[in-house]
Amino acid sequence: MISLDGIQVTFNSRTALETRALNNLSLMIPEGQFVTVIGSNGAGKSTLLNVLSGEIRSDFGTVKIGDLDVTSWDAARRAKLVARVFQNPLMGSCADLTIEENLALAAKRGRARMLKPALDASFRSYCQTQLASLGLGLETRLGDRMGLLSGGQRQAVSLLMATLAPNQMLLLDEHTAALDPKTADYVMGLTDRMVRDRNLTTLMVTHSMKQALIWGDRTIMLHEGQIIFDLSGEARSKLTVADLLQQFEQLQGNQVSDDALLLG
Amino acid sequence: MNIVAFSGALELGFLYGLVALGVYLSFRVLDFPDLTVDGSFPLGAAVVAALIVKGIPPLIATGLAAGAGAIAGLCTATLNVKFKILNLLASILTMIALYSINLRIMGRPNLPLLNQPTLFQPINDLLKSWPEPIPTFGNTLILAIIALSTKLIFDWFLQSEIGLAMRATGANPAMARAQGISTSAMVMLGMAIANSLAAFAGALFAQLNGGADVSMGIGTIIFGLAAVIGGETVFNRLSIVQATIGAIVGSILYRIVIAIALQADVLEIQSQDLNLVTAVLVAIALVLPNKLRIKN
Repeated sequence: MISLDGIQVTFNSRTALETRALNNLSLMIPEGQFVTVIGSNGAGKSTLLNVLSGEIRSDFGTVKIGDLDVTSWDAARRAKLVARVFQNPLMGSCADLTIEENLALAAKRGRARMLKPALDASFRSYCQTQLASLGLGLETRLGDRMGLLSGGQRQAVSLLMATLAPNQMLLLDEHTAALDPKTADYVMGLTDRMVRDRNLTTLMVTHSMKQALIWGDRTIMLHEGQIIFDLSGEARSKLTVADLLQQFEQLQGNQVSDDALLLG
Repeated sequence: MNIVAFSGALELGFLYGLVALGVYLSFRVLDFPDLTVDGSFPLGAAVVAALIVKGIPPLIATGLAAGAGAIAGLCTATLNVKFKILNLLASILTMIALYSINLRIMGRPNLPLLNQPTLFQPINDLLKSWPEPIPTFGNTLILAIIALSTKLIFDWFLQSEIGLAMRATGANPAMARAQGISTSAMVMLGMAIANSLAAFAGALFAQLNGGADVSMGIGTIIFGLAAVIGGETVFNRLSIVQATIGAIVGSILYRIVIAIALQADVLEIQSQDLNLVTAVLVAIALVLPNKLRIKN
């Protein structure tokens, strides 16, 4: 169970550029639920994600993961509970480290690191089975630099990295946005499989309305730092992209001008 | 080049190889341009000289000198990670401060160690009865063992869980934090190690050359960088084991090149031109790989 209560985030406080990124936002996510988040640019999607990961501290409100109040925890400390896949495939892993080294970093996420060797034979064979499950043939390339992989391969490995250590929440930050449509579909399918297999509580930010409706159990829409729309179950499964767009325009009372949102 | 000049070049090569390992850690692993070493090298020398003169055994004095270097590194790291001062500027601040601190430690601009016990002396006494050229290369041998064993410890450390976390900190800090790595703690630890190596080298230098001098640190960072970059042209820089041996080999090559340049009368290079020659060599080494890559 993840709960956000009365979250408020203000950027450039007390200046002419003051913007309220999140405005008294509350959200409860039951364990094992897969939530998709949609909204136009500047709606607060990324801020919401960063508040959950700990990269941004909220001005007001509390963040709870399970029974723990993690409001004051920084990103490194929250990593014990939260795993994250970034939008930019280059962000989620280290290009100059090998595939197995990246996996070794992720396998120790949020746990104490010691002076013992990071890699050993048993970890390597574990890596091989895990990589083989991706179906990309990466199990023979353990010692290759991460930078040699394509964007799609890197995102697939990033997803695997996010699930190597136990987590209570998986954050996906438009993790298919930088990929071509075919690769994006593959990565989305893989995401769904991993989330279902491991019963992960997941929050996925996306720019694509289609993606937001196809995948997951629940869709929320953000606008000006608030949740303006929260659908799940049957009401959601009947909804089409056109309906969603209409709802969006009605709720906002103006025309949608964000191309990415329309075309996605 | 005669045998004395050659053994001298090897001695300095191995000695500055220790600095090069430290510079590799700060510049390459942590991506932290650290000029503190220009201050921590003479700091190590000043501490060891002041302590040996006071009658402290050389081994303990050398250990304390390395510890002093670690503190200098922590100062720079704290200025950067806690107080958000730009990394380069933070290191210059510590370097400048160390100049005064080194003068205070020695009580004067230089402190000779003539007729004082050193780390090298008992081993050289032992080697005296051996056939030539072993006695001539006595110091070289000691420094080679020190540099190479430091390299091995270094390799082991960088391949440990903590070492891997440190490499991730330099390569991709946001990713490192997302993996639960405290990037500030890693910068602190890495800078402490890098500067303790520089101070350790400084302490050995003072015992080798019979004293400490406040100006002996000038250009330390460039000698280290020259070695790291030189090593990278010979070895693969992405493999830890090769990069660290590259740093030591680079340091030796650099010293041999300098020794040859100083002896070649036709070039009319004299010892006062050393820093100019070094700067030109490092600049060429920095520019050349990029030029070659563009052509390919």
